Amino acid sequence: MKSAITTTGINFLKEKARDLRIEILKMLTEAGSGHTGGSLSAADIVTALYFYKMRHKPEDPKWGERDRFILSKGHAAPLLYAVLALSGYFDKPLLKTLRKLGSPLQGHPCSKMLPGVEVSTGSLGQGLSIANGIALGLKLDRLNSRVYCLLGDGEIQEGQVWEAAMTASHYRLDNVCAIIDNNGLQIDGQCCDVMSIEPIVDKWKAFGWHAIDIDGHDMEAILEAFDEAETVKLKPTMIIARTVKGKGISFFEGKVQYHGIAPTREELKKALKELQDSGK
Amino acid sequence: MGSRGQKSEDRSQKSNFPSPPFTKGGQGGIKIATRDAYGEALLELGKRRADVVVLDADLSGSTKTGKFAKAFPERFYNVGVSEQDLIGTASGFSLAGKLPFASTFAVFETGRAWEQIRQTVCYSNLNVKLIATHGGITVGEDGASHQAMEDIALMRVLPNMTVVVPSDAHETRQVVSAISDHYGPVYVRLGRAKVPAVMPDDYEFKIGKAYVFHMGKDVNIVAIGIMVSTSLEVARILKHDGIYAGVINMSTVKPLDTEVLLEASKKCKLIVTAEEHSIIGGLGSAVSEVLSENYPIKVRRIGIMDSFGCSGTPEELLKLYGLTPESIVKIIKEAL
Repeated sequence: MKSAITTTGINFLKEKARDLRIEILKMLTEAGSGHTGGSLSAADIVTALYFYKMRHKPEDPKWGERDRFILSKGHAAPLLYAVLALSGYFDKPLLKTLRKLGSPLQGHPCSKMLPGVEVSTGSLGQGLSIANGIALGLKLDRLNSRVYCLLGDGEIQEGQVWEAAMTASHYRLDNVCAIIDNNGLQIDGQCCDVMSIEPIVDKWKAFGWHAIDIDGHDMEAILEAFDEAETVKLKPTMIIARTVKGKGISFFEGKVQYHGIAPTREELKKALKELQDSGK
Repeated sequence: MGSRGQKSEDRSQKSNFPSPPFTKGGQGGIKIATRDAYGEALLELGKRRADVVVLDADLSGSTKTGKFAKAFPERFYNVGVSEQDLIGTASGFSLAGKLPFASTFAVFETGRAWEQIRQTVCYSNLNVKLIATHGGITVGEDGASHQAMEDIALMRVLPNMTVVVPSDAHETRQVVSAISDHYGPVYVRLGRAKVPAVMPDDYEFKIGKAYVFHMGKDVNIVAIGIMVSTSLEVARILKHDGIYAGVINMSTVKPLDTEVLLEASKKCKLIVTAEEHSIIGGLGSAVSEVLSENYPIKVRRIGIMDSFGCSGTPEELLKLYGLTPESIVKIIKEAL
């Protein structure tokens, strides 16, 4: 399937993803701590959701017919905050308060403090169950809204994910579209060394899901996958997005040590230059 | 439960002491398990409110949510044997504007899914009603693996959580109605065994309001669940011996009715807590916390003494773990 979007549209989204990465790096440096690698790896996917796929109203975050986004991998909070700010949920200067006392931008997302955050996350493995519950509620109300849920690849080692995998397929939740940010790394090392998760695609298929395997940095492939998911009936869809941890910054890419470490001022300077050059 | 409850009825008939508060209980003296009352109340609530959805984890026959399931299959969701997913899915329903009731056994609901309740339900302050059955030792024959002794402690420690333990069928019905009008997480602990009616027919449950059967000038017993009827029996026995014991049903363990507790403490020499739960972290702890800071008075906690349960009939177990009127009377007499 070909996405209906034009080259200009794709370029616009690529620009947005670059802006997102810039904001992520700036806010993490300002905070002095936080999760860099996994925020950067999912930046293209989240850009596609907020600026292409999802129906949402930043001026009315609780709009009843909105599509929902659940950040199950809550440690990618900087990514969520960046996309919410760039979408207009709140003003960009607020990003500088990340992880600071009194800020609504908590270390992990808190729905009670920041409009646009659907539910508080941060403890892994819980988002998909929540997404299912919302999806069931939407179906009960005969609403066509869809629920998107972003998981980490290390996160699927949590047993609850597979409980939820069964629930989604048992209840035929075709309004659920989940995405695994498969960057291959987790805190203690490579997923394949810590606890094997492959074959991911086969696992989801075996659990009754429609599975789509894509390059998670190929914007066109991402859009096509989201469009395809919307056409699937009576089954939930899992997009396995093959990504690179720290994507976009050469010296962060594929480095496990940047899972939970913020850039230094020096690294930020170099990183921003790289991003700016890539946009030329 | 059967023989013990029967005995107490016999005793009240033989007693020379007229005790009107004890005889006000409704349902014509028929014993009903709180879980059965829940099943009926849920069905009624389902008729009244279209936003109610019910979730269960493969125990709908035992938790009695099956009645709702039969009447409203489109609003009932079985998630299978997966308690963590049960809590997460219920949370999602709350986020979609529904009023979810999630039920399973107390051990699994509060233990297996504790962190889901903490992170998702309480931290996000969602309108999820956690109604667990099979609380306490009177689960009986299934043994320690299925007897929740720690659930109140586990739920009480969570911010935003309300904790309720109804004493009989009438109160359970009232609780289901009251919590459905209250926004926020609520944990309700119900029992498996049939229990006698203790609350008056005109009783109306309010979250955070204790019910005072009467105040005692020697001792006041603060009880929850099945221990309310046991405490009424204790008071009856003590009265015979010239000791005036009051009984308070503290059905909301959180937020605790500190006003009634302090008033009762100021009127007597000893406060006794009675619960079918570990003496660590439950009602006994909640009461001690308030009294030690506000009105230090002698306290005795009746409950499970930091141990696991075992198999046996409910009445055998109540006796083994010292939760009988006779055992409590002895403790009170020693303390006074």
